[in-house]
Amino acid sequence: MNRYWQSFSKGLIRENPTFRLVLGTCPTLAVTTAALNGLGMGAAATFVLVCSNIVISLLRKLIPNSVHLPAYIVVIAGFTTIVQMLVKAYLPAIDTALGIYLPLIVVNCIILGRAEAFAGKNSVGLSALDGLGMGCGFTGALVLMGAIRELLGKGTLFGWPEGGMIPAIGVFALPAGGFFVFGVLVWLTDRLSVRLQGRNTREELSSEVCAACALAGSCHGGACLKKEGGDAS
Amino acid sequence: MSDRWILSSSPHLHSGHSTTRIMGDVLIALIPAVIASFVLFGWRALVVETVCVASCMAAEYLSCRVMKKPNSTGDLSCMVTGLLLAMNLPVSIPLWQAVFGCVTSIVVAKMMFGGLGQNFVNPALVGRIVLTGSFPGDMNTWTHPFAWLGRAADGVSSATPLAMLKNGEIVAERYSIWDLLLGNRTGSLGETCALALILGGAYLLVRRVISPAIPLCFIGTVGVLALLCGENPVYHLLGGGLMIGAFFMATDYVTSPITTSGKILYAVGCGALTMLIRLGGSLPEGVSFAIVIMNITVPLIERITKPRPFGAERRVRR
Repeated sequence: MNRYWQSFSKGLIRENPTFRLVLGTCPTLAVTTAALNGLGMGAAATFVLVCSNIVISLLRKLIPNSVHLPAYIVVIAGFTTIVQMLVKAYLPAIDTALGIYLPLIVVNCIILGRAEAFAGKNSVGLSALDGLGMGCGFTGALVLMGAIRELLGKGTLFGWPEGGMIPAIGVFALPAGGFFVFGVLVWLTDRLSVRLQGRNTREELSSEVCAACALAGSCHGGACLKKEGGDAS
Repeated sequence: MSDRWILSSSPHLHSGHSTTRIMGDVLIALIPAVIASFVLFGWRALVVETVCVASCMAAEYLSCRVMKKPNSTGDLSCMVTGLLLAMNLPVSIPLWQAVFGCVTSIVVAKMMFGGLGQNFVNPALVGRIVLTGSFPGDMNTWTHPFAWLGRAADGVSSATPLAMLKNGEIVAERYSIWDLLLGNRTGSLGETCALALILGGAYLLVRRVISPAIPLCFIGTVGVLALLCGENPVYHLLGGGLMIGAFFMATDYVTSPITTSGKILYAVGCGALTMLIRLGGSLPEGVSFAIVIMNITVPLIERITKPRPFGAERRVRR
């Protein structure tokens, strides 16, 4: 039981894909001008993440190692197409708001990252919970960022109250404000994580994350950064 | 190399130059512009300036407290930032927006990067740009000079000379060259009275706080480009924020190059970008964006204008 809870909960804060692993930054910055967009994007990505984790975990013994990346991408693309068609049909407003970022879920590094780091090596149940946890972490991060940016930048929250009762500071709805809010939230999550888990989480995190990273061979687990006293994560 | 640079062995005399003295000189140089803003726009100009200076000092003091650094409000640089930001605001700006701009300038653009000397762009300009992006309506409401005395010729607010140029209106019908020189035109608090700014700039030049390279090349580039593009250079020199930008903003020590050749390159870049934005862009005024963009290129300019040590190889190898 503990193992299952661990698989699910690590995505929420400790290995939050957006604020701790800094994956999927492009949709994060682009769609979080409003909380509802963040919710839509997060839900769509979570669906793809859970389904692709399950399928990839089921097929993990069948997929030859030499072609595993194309195989993963085909699975992910299949589910992304399903999501895109569903959203287009039932939530056209969300589809307009998310635009190109909805089909781009295919190349979202969180999904491929989880397939590579987790679903390809673990059982179906664990993989599904991992996808759900990561998806919830991603959705939570997007909704939080979208809420902050919408509240400050437009003076509304989930589109309410209408008519500009709260004074808006437009810069928060602009890309520069997005980067600023993102940076502040990354910092706050780091503080929170250190407070919850103790100081050594950063090193633990880097060793876990580096195992899944394509650049691990050339960056030696951030060894050069560590030597200079920097932060390897 | 003149004999000014010959070093003798110690003991040395300290020239008395310090951050506080330089920043104090900049504040003194801004006094004519402050007086002009009061004469033109009334008591509210002084209120906006006081609020900006006070909130910049408060923001710096609180940042130092939070970051557990020694209190740096005493070096007057935050007062300069606050006053320069106020000079860039319209007189009708809501005060909470001015405070928001000041906090952005000090906390985000300056203290988060490590305080004075570490900011990679001019803090006051960051404040102005953030305010322009956040409150385009309030930041583009230009009150007519002397409206506070009830002597406005027609209406309370109108377009700036540069906006009139952009819209294809004829500026000469409304403003004479003397109007532009003395500041009898719409615009932000400190930018309108070119004479007061030139006076302050001359004071800084005489006190050797700034070198003439940046203001002269900046203003010269804008003038030459205006002539080449078939525009009346007078409106481009005096009709916008060029004077305050060239004398007070582009010359900021932290965000401008060290060598004279670097300064020339930087200032020509500022002038060219200003004219590019004014003539080619959708905005009527581009001084603030031009300076901020050139601020970002300063490390690169420093790299290519690094003086060659005597006898060193011509090619710099890394």
